[in-house]
Amino acid sequence: MAVGVRTQDLRKIYNSAPPAGATGGFIARADAKGSKAPKTEIAALNGLSLEVLPGEIFGLLGPNGAGKSTTVGVLTTRVRPTTGQAWVGDHHVWQEQAAVKHLIGVVPQRPNLDFSLTAREILTFHAAYFGIPAKQRDERANGLLEKFKLTDRANQMVRGFSGGMMQRLSIARSMMHDPEVLFLDEPSAGLDPQTRILLWEIIREYNQAGKTILLTTHYMEEADALCNRLAIIDHGKMIALDTPQNLKASIPGGYLLRLHFGSQPPGLMDALQALAGVREVRANDGTGADVYADRGGSLIPEIASLAATTGADLRDVHISEPSLENLFLHHTGRSLRD
Amino acid sequence: MNWKTFLAMLARDAHVARRNAFQLVFQTFLQPLLFVFVFGRVMVGSGYMPNSYKSLLLPGIIAITMVFTGIWAVAMPLIAEFQWTREIEDRLLAPIDISWIAIEKVIAGTIQAVVAGLVVIPMAWIVLHPGVDISIHAPLSFVAIILLVAIFSACGGLALGCSINQQHIGLMFGMVITPMIFFGCAYYPWSALDNFPVLQKIVLINPLVYASEGLRATLVPQFPHLSGIAVFVMLLFFDVLLLVLGLRQFGKKAIS
Repeated sequence: MAVGVRTQDLRKIYNSAPPAGATGGFIARADAKGSKAPKTEIAALNGLSLEVLPGEIFGLLGPNGAGKSTTVGVLTTRVRPTTGQAWVGDHHVWQEQAAVKHLIGVVPQRPNLDFSLTAREILTFHAAYFGIPAKQRDERANGLLEKFKLTDRANQMVRGFSGGMMQRLSIARSMMHDPEVLFLDEPSAGLDPQTRILLWEIIREYNQAGKTILLTTHYMEEADALCNRLAIIDHGKMIALDTPQNLKASIPGGYLLRLHFGSQPPGLMDALQALAGVREVRANDGTGADVYADRGGSLIPEIASLAATTGADLRDVHISEPSLENLFLHHTGRSLRD
Repeated sequence: MNWKTFLAMLARDAHVARRNAFQLVFQTFLQPLLFVFVFGRVMVGSGYMPNSYKSLLLPGIIAITMVFTGIWAVAMPLIAEFQWTREIEDRLLAPIDISWIAIEKVIAGTIQAVVAGLVVIPMAWIVLHPGVDISIHAPLSFVAIILLVAIFSACGGLALGCSINQQHIGLMFGMVITPMIFFGCAYYPWSALDNFPVLQKIVLINPLVYASEGLRATLVPQFPHLSGIAVFVMLLFFDVLLLVLGLRQFGKKAIS
């Protein structure tokens, strides 16, 4: 039976560590009692409530520092929330940690493979931690090594593996104990396009086996291609939640037309702004303009004839469909890549 | 408590120790044996030190070897695993309370320290031979002291390994390990500090003192040493103190 994930009003405040030179010693202070130094408090999560349904692929989309990894950290027992609750299935994450850890598999943002072991041993020891019998461990390890195209490197230490290979092995490891919920924190960061497609296929396949998947990403293509539902978060708060299609449909003037001109006569920008359906025009380095509009292709003939009548030399047009990037921009005034 | 998980983690540490056996042996035994050779053979053989120094030295060498094997075996992997490779994260996600992961590390370190202590005895004895006058007068006390020493060294490794940043390892050696060795009463009995009364009191905060003096009491009671009861009480105190401290620091490292 598929297992869902739920959080209620999660808040996580980090007290940033004092600068290294200020501690006056090399042993990390056991606690901050008696320390009157003012501390910067960073709210990584600011009242986040979300529900991931059993058996869905759920995406958390947001820029760096939005609170995506902290959310995953709380749900995977690695971050203690300042306030709020979280559940995996019926288990309270903080109070029933061992039960929760049985249900979840985690692929971290940064590879954390055991450098003292070979690729195969990493998988078999991981399974041993979960109490899986030896014979089954070997069978599963062989299957996953094959699936992730790592069989020929299976008996090598992972120290010399490329980033992509480490990432593949991390994902294979997370699947070794056949978890009901798989957390993937930025799974395709740093992967080449081929590996990314392999990864997407594997994630879909795992999901089809009835597993719940929560992934974080700041690639819109990934969120778009994989997720059933998507939460956009920023500054530790949920900004929007829906299917990728509905989210994109909700953007007013979702199309972006990037125009390049050879010459740009005065008054061109105002003329563009006056076209029907155009929401906003931004000049771009004196050689072009970004036009935000309600429609895409149907604007082109009008822009072309406008260019011809004003004497602007239209050299290139690029149309962006309604996208999550535009959605994020719309909600926050910032680009996802900021 | 999930025994399967716990035993699998011990098996992992044993597997890694076997893989690095050669390096471990050198790292553990080279320095004490060189020390034994220079002070026990060269200095004694050339008449700068009396022959009886050999017997005085051996318990101290056992203590140093055990304490630093235990600290090293737990602290160094933890520093690397928490800060560099982060490989401990996989075990932190295993279905077991995270304190047991720290306790597993302590047990692995304790075993290594006991093995190091028991192996260094015949090795040093061979290097020092002849003229070493040691015998196990009270086997039970000897076993108890070996265990208590191994446990505090592994717990100390846990506390240090979870408190020190990677870039401060050098400082750890300069400010913790080196003074600990020289003021650990390993190369001289505690009573030799009678002429330095203040220092003699200060060194009592160093657990290595009780390790050296305790082993001296059970192996070479003919030399002056601290009372057995005091040694037991203090070793037990350090075991508990460092375990509590180590578990707390481990928790802080593991959960943000």
